[in-house]
Amino acid sequence: MQRTDKIFRLVCLLCALPAALLLPGMLLQLLSNSAEAWHTFGLSFLWSSEWDPAAGKYGAWPGIAGTLLTTATALVPAVPLAFSAALLLTEVPSWLAKPLSHAVDLLAAIPSVIYGMWGLFVLAPLMQEHVQPLLARLPGSTLLLGEDNSGFGFLTAGLILALMILPYMCAIMRDVISMTPPMLREAAYGVGCTCLETTRDIVLRHGLRGIIGGIFIGLGRALGETMAVLFVVGNIMEPPAGLCSCGTTIAATLANNFAEADGLQRSALFALGLVLVVMSVGIQAGAQYYLRLTGAKRGETI
Amino acid sequence: MIKNILLTAWCALAPVIAAESITGAGASFPAPVYQKWTYTYSRENPGTTVTYQSLGSGAGLNQIKAGTVDFAGTDNPLTAEQQKEAGLVQVPMLTGGVVVVVNLPGIKDGQLKLSKAVLADIFLGKIKMWNDKAVKALNPGLKLPARKITMVHRADSSGTSFIFTNYLSKISADWREKVGQGSSVKWPVGIGGQKNPGVCNNVAKISGSIGYTEYTYATEAKLACATLENAEGKFVRPTKESFAAGASAADWKNAPGFYMELTNVPGEKSWPITGVTYILIRQDTPEAKREALRKYFTWCYTKGAAAADALNYVALPKDVVDLVLPTL
Repeated sequence: MQRTDKIFRLVCLLCALPAALLLPGMLLQLLSNSAEAWHTFGLSFLWSSEWDPAAGKYGAWPGIAGTLLTTATALVPAVPLAFSAALLLTEVPSWLAKPLSHAVDLLAAIPSVIYGMWGLFVLAPLMQEHVQPLLARLPGSTLLLGEDNSGFGFLTAGLILALMILPYMCAIMRDVISMTPPMLREAAYGVGCTCLETTRDIVLRHGLRGIIGGIFIGLGRALGETMAVLFVVGNIMEPPAGLCSCGTTIAATLANNFAEADGLQRSALFALGLVLVVMSVGIQAGAQYYLRLTGAKRGETI
Repeated sequence: MIKNILLTAWCALAPVIAAESITGAGASFPAPVYQKWTYTYSRENPGTTVTYQSLGSGAGLNQIKAGTVDFAGTDNPLTAEQQKEAGLVQVPMLTGGVVVVVNLPGIKDGQLKLSKAVLADIFLGKIKMWNDKAVKALNPGLKLPARKITMVHRADSSGTSFIFTNYLSKISADWREKVGQGSSVKWPVGIGGQKNPGVCNNVAKISGSIGYTEYTYATEAKLACATLENAEGKFVRPTKESFAAGASAADWKNAPGFYMELTNVPGEKSWPITGVTYILIRQDTPEAKREALRKYFTWCYTKGAAAADALNYVALPKDVVDLVLPTL
C-alpha cells in the first residue's frame, strides 16, 4: 500500500513538474533568441516606434500600445455585460438560467478565427458604413478617433475581443456570485434592502475577489488573442493615432511576420514575444498583489 | 525553429506510401498554378506525390535554406552572387501580372484609369481622396465619390510587394527615396492584409480602398482592376495579352542567374507591372531527387503550360525553357 502510494506520488510529481518548468524555460528561450535585438537596440526597443525591415530598425511601441489599447477597448463593454449576465443567470429560475448558461458557455467554444471572419465580413463594413460616420460627427472626434474610416482598426478589434472574452468572464462571475451564502442574501432582503442594494453591498463585496479574477482571465485572453485581431486591426506598424485608427498588436505582428523573418527581424520578434509574456505575467501578478493588499480592508482572511 | 518542427512533423505524417515525394513551399503569387500542377502531376504519375505550400516568398527562401523542402517558390529573385553564396540554383517558372485593384461604388473592372504619377502619389499618401482633381482629370467620365482612399498592402513579407515596390521605385523618384523596394517596406499609408487573399478580402470589404495583388486572385475575388499607364505612356488593361507583351521584353540569354525585372518594360501593349516567379533548389540536392525534380519541372514547362495559361499566367517560351532546363 505504502509502495503504491509512493509511486503514485512520484507519477503526480512528474506530471506537475513540466508545468512548473515551462514558464522559466519559455522565458529563457525567448531571452536567448531575442538577445541580438536587445543588444542592438537596448531598452529603447520598448519605446521606439520605428519598424522598418528594409533599414533593419525595429521598435516595440506600436505593438505594445496597440495591445494595451485593444485590450482596454475590449474590457470597457465586456465587464459590465459579463457582470449583468452573470447576475441574471444566478437570479432567474433554473428553467431559464440553464439554457442561457449553456448559450454563454457555447460562445466560449467558438474558435477565434470564426470571430475574426465575422469581424471582417460583418462588423468591419458595418463600422465603416454606419458607426464611424456617426462617431465622426461628434465634436473633437478626430483627436480621439483618428482620421481613418476604413472600418478596420482598434475599435473594431476591441469589440470583437469583448465578445470573445465575455463568456469566460461571465462563467467565472456566475460561479462566484452563486457562492454567496444564501443566508447573507436573505438577511439583506430581510432588513429591507432592495435587489440593487443587495447586489451592490452583499454580492459584489463578497465576491469581489472572484469577480476581479474573472476580469483578469478575460484580460489575459484579450492580451494574447491573435487571429481575430489580425483580421481587423489593419496590420500596420504605427502606434495608435486614435480609437478608430489602424495599427497592430504584439500577437498580430508575430503571426504576420514570423514565417518570413530572418536574422535581426526574427530576434526582434522574439523580443516582442518576451514583452508580451512579461506584460501578461506582470498584469496577473500585479492583480494578485493588489487583491492581497486590499483583502484585509474587505475583511477577508488570507 | 517551431515552423521547422511543424513542417517536419507534417512531412512525416504526409503519405509515406508514395515512392517519391517532392515538397515545395513559398510564393503565394504562383500558388494557384502550382497547386493545379501538383494535383495533376501526382494523379498522372502514381507513385509520385508533389505538394506545394503557399507560405510566401520569404518563408520559401527560409525553408529551402534550412533544407526542409525540395524546392521553393519565390518572386523576389536572387542575384547570381546571392545564389552562389546560399548554394541555391534559381530558374524562372512563370510570368504573371500584378494588378491594382479598387473598390469604389459603381466603378467596374478596367474603368478607372491611373497614370504613373497618380498611382505613385496615391500609394505615397499624397492623394488622399478619390475626388482629387488629379484622379478626376484622368477619369472625366467617372463619378468619383468624395471618399477617403484606403490603401491595402501586404502585412507579410512578399514577392508581390517586391515586384510592386520595384515598379513604384522605377516610376517615382519620391518613392525611391522615401520608401524604396523590397519584400517588406515601410509603407507610408494604408493597412495590411495577410498574403494575396488577405489583401483581396480587405479591398473587397472596404469601400474606397485600393490595393495590389496577383491577377488571378483579383479575378477570383471579382475585384475591379485599374487601367494603368505603361512605359510608353499608353493606358493598358490587365489581360493575358498585355502580360505576354510585357514578358516578351525579357532577355533571358543575358541574365546571369536568371535575375530579371520585368516592371516598366518597353512596348506599347505591355502591362507595366509584370513579374517573374522563380523556383529555387539546393545545389546539394541528391541526384535521385534532382532527377525527380527535373522530370517534374520539365512536365510543368511543357504539359503544364496550358493550365498556367488558363489561370492567366504566361508560360516561358520554348527557347527559354531550353536555356533553363540544363541548369537544373
